[in-house]
Amino acid sequence: MSVSVQGLTKRFGQEGEAAAAAGVTFQAPTGKITSLLGPSGSGKSTVLRLIAGLEEPDEGRIEIDGIDCTKTPARSRGVGFAFQSYALFHHMTVHDNIAFGLKIRKKPKADIASRVDELLALVQLQEYGSRFPGQLSGGQRQRIALARALAIRPKVLLLDEPFGALDARVRVELREWLAEFQEKTQVTTLLVTHDQEEALELSEHVVLLQDGKVVQTGSPHHVYDKPATPFVASFLGGANVLHGQIKNGRADVGAFAVEGPQGATNGMAVQAFVRPQDIRLEKPSEEPSNNVQLARIERMTRVGGQVKLSVRVGTGEPMTVQMSKTEIDLLGVQQGDRVMVDLKEAKVFVEDYTI
Amino acid sequence: MSAVAPPIRSVASRRQTGTAAEHPVVRWILTAAALGIVGVFLVIPLAIVFTEALAKGPLDYLKAIFQDDALSAIRLTLLVAAIVVPMNFAFGVAAAWLIAKYDFGGKSLLLTLIDLPFSVSPVISGLIFVLLFGAQGWMGPFLSDHGIKVIFAVPGIVMATAFVTFPMVAREVLAVMQSQGSDQEEAAFMLGASGWQILYHVTLPKIRWGVLYGVILCNARAMGEFGAVSVVSGHIRGTTTTMPLEVEILYNEYSFVGAFAVASLLTLLAVLTLVLKKLVEKISQQREARHKDAPRPSIVPPASAQVRAS
Repeated sequence: MSVSVQGLTKRFGQEGEAAAAAGVTFQAPTGKITSLLGPSGSGKSTVLRLIAGLEEPDEGRIEIDGIDCTKTPARSRGVGFAFQSYALFHHMTVHDNIAFGLKIRKKPKADIASRVDELLALVQLQEYGSRFPGQLSGGQRQRIALARALAIRPKVLLLDEPFGALDARVRVELREWLAEFQEKTQVTTLLVTHDQEEALELSEHVVLLQDGKVVQTGSPHHVYDKPATPFVASFLGGANVLHGQIKNGRADVGAFAVEGPQGATNGMAVQAFVRPQDIRLEKPSEEPSNNVQLARIERMTRVGGQVKLSVRVGTGEPMTVQMSKTEIDLLGVQQGDRVMVDLKEAKVFVEDYTI
Repeated sequence: MSAVAPPIRSVASRRQTGTAAEHPVVRWILTAAALGIVGVFLVIPLAIVFTEALAKGPLDYLKAIFQDDALSAIRLTLLVAAIVVPMNFAFGVAAAWLIAKYDFGGKSLLLTLIDLPFSVSPVISGLIFVLLFGAQGWMGPFLSDHGIKVIFAVPGIVMATAFVTFPMVAREVLAVMQSQGSDQEEAAFMLGASGWQILYHVTLPKIRWGVLYGVILCNARAMGEFGAVSVVSGHIRGTTTTMPLEVEILYNEYSFVGAFAVASLLTLLAVLTLVLKKLVEKISQQREARHKDAPRPSIVPPASAQVRAS
């Protein structure tokens, strides 16, 4: 039941305007969660709606389970869809909401009742069958929406920012719940999200989108560790950007000299992306080296168990550093102190001025 | 009854009184002024309708109502409403659906046209039909050749009333549809429902209170319409006079008890309409509060801080 799309293109509005999806190609493996990850406006929702059959593509091909269903009407594609807004039917009870797809398919009453009970148990809301959606919390509503989408036994489950309207705590809870739920049901799932943590934590496979194009696909580790483009590097993890150029085979960025990209020659302009978690602070004792420079702590903000610091090397741009509170306590530094900044990891790209 | 103002659902009724406290004297003066104006322009006239109607006792009141002409006017009014209201219900829902769900050329023109009857004087509305279907009108010769009577007959009255009440349902339903979006319809579509199934199972239940509200207003206006109907009716007693026209005729004949008796029925209808309208508003608000399903607009900070120091 894998999903595969090739060259999917969709334009809204006038000719010549940027396409919402421009030649999107990827494969989602069977029985796993695949995330479509990108900032808003990257076309990820459009791609999902095209796969669902809610929109018609201008070009391209959609295959579900190896069968071309580009022209198949939505109802015959065997897909379930969950919306960010849940889109539950307000005037129906939870039971009737879940039963809707089965009633439309004219299934026998007894079958419908037992299937609904089964699904209510699956989403752990057995007691709520006779309630109305308005009497449920946001997280409960989204679980009912998932149960409703699953009632028709879809081959593929499509989730459009399913947790986008929930508050942070419920979101994390539901995320864990969804991972378990997916393991139980083994339905091939496509998840659209702008939340990188959600994508990296939940999915087996990540498809990164930017401006309607796929910029990178791969496992969560792969896209995080080996970003293919500067966009991916800065989008995943959030990064400090240092500009500079290649000098003697190394990237000379700010006061640092880090390993340059392969094939880079002297004088090439480069940008280095350094994640706040990839910077260590040390006591100002060591000698400066390629990766280690003296800096001043300009600002410290504690966020729970984490500390966010803004440090500046010489007169360069301030850099954001993230460390655990324990580490900072061990280090015993204060705002205004001098520390050694150690870049543990930097992704360096040759600057492309053609864009 | 035949106010030309578009129906606007009162928002103020839900709002709390302002916190800025006025001086008590100012408050009293304002309250007295408001009550005074309402009394002079609304309460006293309403009271007069009933006192005049019952001036010669309840027996004469009933006699006036059960006169043949009065009864036929009541029948005609009910007939017109029974034709016009379902017609405008169907049109209103269809037009609102079209405008809310689809984008097409001429959409704003259609919206303007729907509003047209509100902005045209009812007398002109009637005249349009006389010019179209009257003996001297565009289609007059054709109609008279085929023995069809439109003007000075029931079809003309129905058309004029339909024209005047045209926007009532459409406006109301459109507002409700636009505020609700179409994700429930999309969900039903994904679950395999056909267009008609979506309309019946999802859209109509969603908009039912808006529809009911529009229908009540449409009915009130249909029964009370005077100007447009007066132009096309021809005032044939017992055949083409509706209740408002009968009131005028009786009044001009100095039959005050008769005029006010029929007027009192229209007034009762108006009061009933207002009560129903309030009731629908209340129920739909309660429903809304109970079934609120819209995502709460919460500003969720990104799970991991996105920092950029370039």
